[in-house]
Amino acid sequence: MNALKRFKDCYFLYSFLRDPLAVGSLAVLVVLTVAAFAAPLIAPHNPYDPATIDIFDASTPPAWTPEGSEKFLLGTDAQGRDILSTMLYGMRVSLIIGFGATILQAFIGIIVGLSAGYFGRRLDALLMRLADVQLSFSTYMVAIFLGAVFQTAFGMANYETFAVPFLILVLGLAEWPQFARTVRASVMAEKKKEYVEAARVIGLGSRRIMWRHILPNTLTPVMVISTVQVANCIMGEAALSFIGLGMPITRPSLGSLIKAGFEFFLSGQWWITFFPGALLVLLIVAINLFGDWLRDFLNPKLYKG
Amino acid sequence: MFAFIVRRILQAVVVMAVISCIGFAIKHSFGDPVRELSGMTVSAQERERLREELGLNDPFLVQWGRFLKGAVHGDLGMSYLYKKPAMEIILGKAPATMELVIAASVIILILSVPIGIYAAVRPRSWLSRFFMGVSVIGVSIPVFLTAILLISIFSVQLGWLPSFGRGNELTPLFGGAWMSGFFTWDGITHLVLPALSLSSIMLPLFIRLIRAEMKETLEAEYVKFARAKGLKPWRVLVVHAFKNTLLPVITVGGVQLGIMIAYTVLTETVFQWQGMGFMFLEALQRSDVSLMSAYLVFVGFVFVVVNTVVDIVYGLVNPMVRIAGRK
Amino acid sequence: MSDEPLLDVSDLTVSFDFRRRSLAAVSGVSFRLARGERLGIVGESGAGKSVTGFAILNLISKPGRITGGTISFEGRELTALRAEEMRQVRGNRISMIFQDPMMTLNPVLTVGTQMVETIRAHAGVSRRQAEERAVEALRKVYISSPERRLRQYPHEFSGGMRQRIVIAIALLTSPALIIADEPTTALDVTIQAEIMDLLLKLCESERMGLILITHDLAVVSQVTQRIAVMYAGRIVELGETARIVENPSHPYTRGLLAALPQSAARGRRLAQIPGSMPNLTTVPAGCPFSDRCERCESVCRERIPPLTAKDTGCLAACHLLD
Repeated sequence: MNALKRFKDCYFLYSFLRDPLAVGSLAVLVVLTVAAFAAPLIAPHNPYDPATIDIFDASTPPAWTPEGSEKFLLGTDAQGRDILSTMLYGMRVSLIIGFGATILQAFIGIIVGLSAGYFGRRLDALLMRLADVQLSFSTYMVAIFLGAVFQTAFGMANYETFAVPFLILVLGLAEWPQFARTVRASVMAEKKKEYVEAARVIGLGSRRIMWRHILPNTLTPVMVISTVQVANCIMGEAALSFIGLGMPITRPSLGSLIKAGFEFFLSGQWWITFFPGALLVLLIVAINLFGDWLRDFLNPKLYKG
Repeated sequence: MFAFIVRRILQAVVVMAVISCIGFAIKHSFGDPVRELSGMTVSAQERERLREELGLNDPFLVQWGRFLKGAVHGDLGMSYLYKKPAMEIILGKAPATMELVIAASVIILILSVPIGIYAAVRPRSWLSRFFMGVSVIGVSIPVFLTAILLISIFSVQLGWLPSFGRGNELTPLFGGAWMSGFFTWDGITHLVLPALSLSSIMLPLFIRLIRAEMKETLEAEYVKFARAKGLKPWRVLVVHAFKNTLLPVITVGGVQLGIMIAYTVLTETVFQWQGMGFMFLEALQRSDVSLMSAYLVFVGFVFVVVNTVVDIVYGLVNPMVRIAGRK
Repeated sequence: MSDEPLLDVSDLTVSFDFRRRSLAAVSGVSFRLARGERLGIVGESGAGKSVTGFAILNLISKPGRITGGTISFEGRELTALRAEEMRQVRGNRISMIFQDPMMTLNPVLTVGTQMVETIRAHAGVSRRQAEERAVEALRKVYISSPERRLRQYPHEFSGGMRQRIVIAIALLTSPALIIADEPTTALDVTIQAEIMDLLLKLCESERMGLILITHDLAVVSQVTQRIAVMYAGRIVELGETARIVENPSHPYTRGLLAALPQSAARGRRLAQIPGSMPNLTTVPAGCPFSDRCERCESVCRERIPPLTAKDTGCLAACHLLD
């Protein structure tokens, strides 16, 4: 059993290393994540510290342009903050929200999917109908409304303080049906198999059968969806930020940096928008490429939407 | 079949009732109808009198019932921001959004069908690989970034196309209820960039969907049999293979087209397109809760209608479902 | 003209190209078919029977392709035809019947559409005329009220009826040859005989050639005049049906016949051929059957035996029979 597992791990590694796109995307992902979380150490400036920001530095173009300053490699924004530093800090915020929201989605989705698939009948019909309606309603629209309601309910000031947990909650609540449907589908498939029947015959409780026997078998599709969902959540957060329902500009994510830059975009200050935008795309492309490889490799039967 | 349609419509009605309940709950909890009506601060006594007069002290369910009754008649309350019925505002803005969605859908259909089929038939050609590579990057670029990119190229650098608004030469249709940009050159040029950026989010999805379904049907026995019958290649491809991919494409695609309405909020923001999404953000910034909940109910209605229609079309197109319904 | 064979397949080789190497699914297959003659191609699954059938119509799916040999049909070389010329042969002069009638008919098109399009792909007739011919063909295969049936979808028919429709489609253009790939395998046992009888009767009355591809020696012996036994991509025995069934030469054919239920005495166990057929990557050098052959000698492991005439009056590929 152990040897078999080792062999599988080996094959996993082998086919991973054979695919340059997969290796490349994971490498980019690791570098970006490390850079984001090491932002306080490696960023040239601290954009959260008002003392270091000088309004006279505002809107400096990148260092290689004629008006650029060596102090700011990628230039500064309208408030005089170093773009490179705000990008690193912003990416950290984006990643925290992306991972946090995905974990929340997976949590809700697994619970709902397991109960729907295992207990079946009425509960299944009700939960899946709910998932259908919410999916058909567009996850992004749901997120916009949830964000709007939160913002109206708690007021702008409070909203800014709790923006990160709010956004995790909003995105988590908006996109759980993906997980729920997939988990349910694999539970339905597993349930028919003999070992579940056997577990029931020897008198194991339903909760034990679910957690110890069925859940492990649903983890492959969950893993595949998770990678895609991290990318989706980061995009979702950026989109919410862009319409003013996401991170405030005082604690910017990549999305709110782009939004802030867009105001100055048409007046020629392209760098405020361009660099965070490019970083966002790079991050998402890397996650998606890695996710594609993972999906092709693990090849689970995903629920077709 | 009839029973199937009735059941589907009943479901839609239930979903609509739930949405209206949510919409009303938002309005009930956060809105201030007195302010919406009078527009200014009034004394506490006056306020209480107004509240009583408007029935705001009635139980929640009674008020919801009243809201529902109004909604069925097209009355979704007053907008504080515009000082007009919310429904009137939304109906005034809806054509702009609808034209954007229609234009984007047309772009998607025109591009995704041939590209998807081509990529399925010749999966190894470099052109297919190029399309698939672009589509991976395409799904990874947020729609507002695409919009900004398009503006910077076609408006700022080349100066070919306008970067915001719908232009000044709109054609009134239906006695002025629908101001259309489809009929003038000015209107079309204003439409191009917003529609392109809106389509960019769904285009890769459609290409991948059509390619995947097409690849599956091309492997099917009946496609081999069609070839063995000596049919012309285009007939095998279009009538035998593509017709079978239509079903999943309609079900997934129909819903996705509905979902595009959500993304109009983003495109309309970037292009200052005077549609419903732009209006919603305005309402949000000015805390016009009444207009916000009206938008929720209206958009919810559109989604539900689209989904129901897609399901029923699916039922009509799919002979299997049709038989099951007849029994 | 009359002694020219309808079909002459010579040294046909079909290979599948994979990333590292190319594997032959069919190698050096040769046989002839006279006008109106019925030939059975027998073998286990994976022996290359179906690939041979598809190769005649040049319909092998990628990554497979014909890498050698000639296929001459009605005096024309099929492997040299351009795509459009080949299309005009398919479904017109040579029709094909597939294994599973549940999968062969397109679920979203009516039976009528699928019949009419076949006629109109090969003859410039009006829709009305084509429909009349379709009705006629459905009558030939005993489908009642054919006019009404034309408007129906495949799922409204039973499996046996669908296969009859597939046969009717094959008949539409009065072909000179029908290739039937396991036409009864997917059907109920009771319907199998009915479909086989129908096919046999139609071939006789329309004087059509038939290549019947099957793993079932019993069926072949009732329907065909000659048999080709295939093993691992090669023909190992070829000859008149009666002779082969009575007196098989090749050890593999003997094994196949011994494994038939009717050849075993009552109460005895059925005979088995030990082992299983090699797949494309594990075909032994020398005689492909050597690993499973009871009489295998050293020469069998070294050289591939050629297909030569034996005392039994059949052609067989075996070193030990000379």
